[in-house]
Amino acid sequence: MSKTRVPAIEGWLTMDESNPQLLGYLDESSGTYFFPKDVAISHAPGHADADFKEVALSNTGKLWSYTTNHYKPPEPYLAPDPFEPYTVAAVELDNEKMVVLGQLADGVDPADIEVGMDMKLELATLYEDDENEYMVWKWRPVPA
Amino acid sequence: MSKNDVAILGAGMHQWGKWGRNFAEYGVVAIKDAIKDAGVDWKDVDFIVGGDTMRNGYPGYVAGATFAKAMGWTGIPIASCYAACATGAQAIDIARTRILAGMAEVVVVVGADTTPKGFLAPNKGERTLDPDWLRFRLLGATNPTYFGLWAQRRMDLYGATEQDFARVKVKNSKHGIANPKARYNKLFTEEEVLASPLVSAPLRLFEICATSDGGAALVITSMDYAKKKGIANPVKISGVSTISPTFPQTVIDMPDFTTDSAAGISAPDRSFRDSIAYAAYEEAGLGPEDMDLAEVYDLSSALELDWYENIGLCKPGEAEQLLRNGDTEIGGRIPVNPSGGLGCFGEAVPAQAIAQVCELTWQLRGQAGERQVDGAKAGITANQGLFGHGSSVLCTR
Repeated sequence: MSKTRVPAIEGWLTMDESNPQLLGYLDESSGTYFFPKDVAISHAPGHADADFKEVALSNTGKLWSYTTNHYKPPEPYLAPDPFEPYTVAAVELDNEKMVVLGQLADGVDPADIEVGMDMKLELATLYEDDENEYMVWKWRPVPA
Repeated sequence: MSKNDVAILGAGMHQWGKWGRNFAEYGVVAIKDAIKDAGVDWKDVDFIVGGDTMRNGYPGYVAGATFAKAMGWTGIPIASCYAACATGAQAIDIARTRILAGMAEVVVVVGADTTPKGFLAPNKGERTLDPDWLRFRLLGATNPTYFGLWAQRRMDLYGATEQDFARVKVKNSKHGIANPKARYNKLFTEEEVLASPLVSAPLRLFEICATSDGGAALVITSMDYAKKKGIANPVKISGVSTISPTFPQTVIDMPDFTTDSAAGISAPDRSFRDSIAYAAYEEAGLGPEDMDLAEVYDLSSALELDWYENIGLCKPGEAEQLLRNGDTEIGGRIPVNPSGGLGCFGEAVPAQAIAQVCELTWQLRGQAGERQVDGAKAGITANQGLFGHGSSVLCTR
């Protein structure tokens, strides 16, 4: 029996296999997006009483920067044993004009990416138990 | 003299290192040094501000009381404060504000830390509402991850090279070798730095600051008190900046997953880091061209280059040229981190911003020995605390 895929943090992202999206919210009075949903008010100054709604954020953007970590981070990071270096990418979302961090997708060589590249979000497994796979997002370069 | 000036009469430090002793011990050594340097007695002190440490249990959360008790209770008002790496500037600002309000004359500001080995880690437990916990769990975004992101961006945007980053470390090691308070007194070569293992590429082990034990203290007084003591020309604090970002903050910063969105409200003209020193310059009525030296937060060697631009020493993209020209070495146009910086100290969080001001004090008095910047009359510190605490102190003499 296959396991159920669920977000690692409830309410943070959709489980759409081919087109996953992060779930943020939009304060329409200031035109400002937020992720993650944290204190459930608009952080735009003067807009603390504004209505906001949950929105799926665009899942494409441009690479702002990236770095590859060669040392195992402390807990609560779930490191494979033996430890494998991993790359963290910062991507500026097209519509929301905000930079979102995420790990670089599996199998992508960081030597092949550069600032300004087009990137797209995909799902990846953070960990699993007997019933579920707990999913996060990763960034993959879009072939030019 | 500006109406906001206060005097620094004493500066004191415990050496930086890694001994694992009670943090209060380092703080007390620094306080004793500072009050001796100021020529005052502990019983003359009428207010003390302690910079808190988060890694030493409850005594660290109420550092003002811990230090006051250690020195001997005298019934004075105390304050304890925390602003991550900006804690020292916060403590200085609290001291200065009370002095300027006429509610204190002789104030001790002190910070000290004892640090565990390795990466700074978030608090324990399943903390799914804490962004500091989540960044480790979901992304493995350690502090050096952010340093690596900023460094890589300098390379892609401005053509910075690995050699440039190594050169910053070499420069600071040359400065720090003459500093008895620094933890590391070793002269590095570019080859040695570039041979050290990658941590968060492109940054290497010798380019990322260590965590250290240490303690620093200042005695800050009103200008009138300094005059009464017969000190006509003390080092003055002429500007303090403890500002926060202006929305939207568009540069990714520890410990966040995202920046603010600039889709609705445009980014401010000045980035957060640019605005930190600017606020101190504004208050002092001075500019970057008036500075003789700067102490900036080289959490990584590459970050020091960002600060050259952030504090106005050059335009964006020109920091590498400044470095390559030797302008930021002692003897150059505007020496940066003559103390040796974090590259030689490592970071003792609540003490570090105070230590930067200790260095300015000694430099402006001409007491910096072999690392003296000739004729230094004005200097600035710059630093930033996690979650948006700006930190800059401008001193003149």
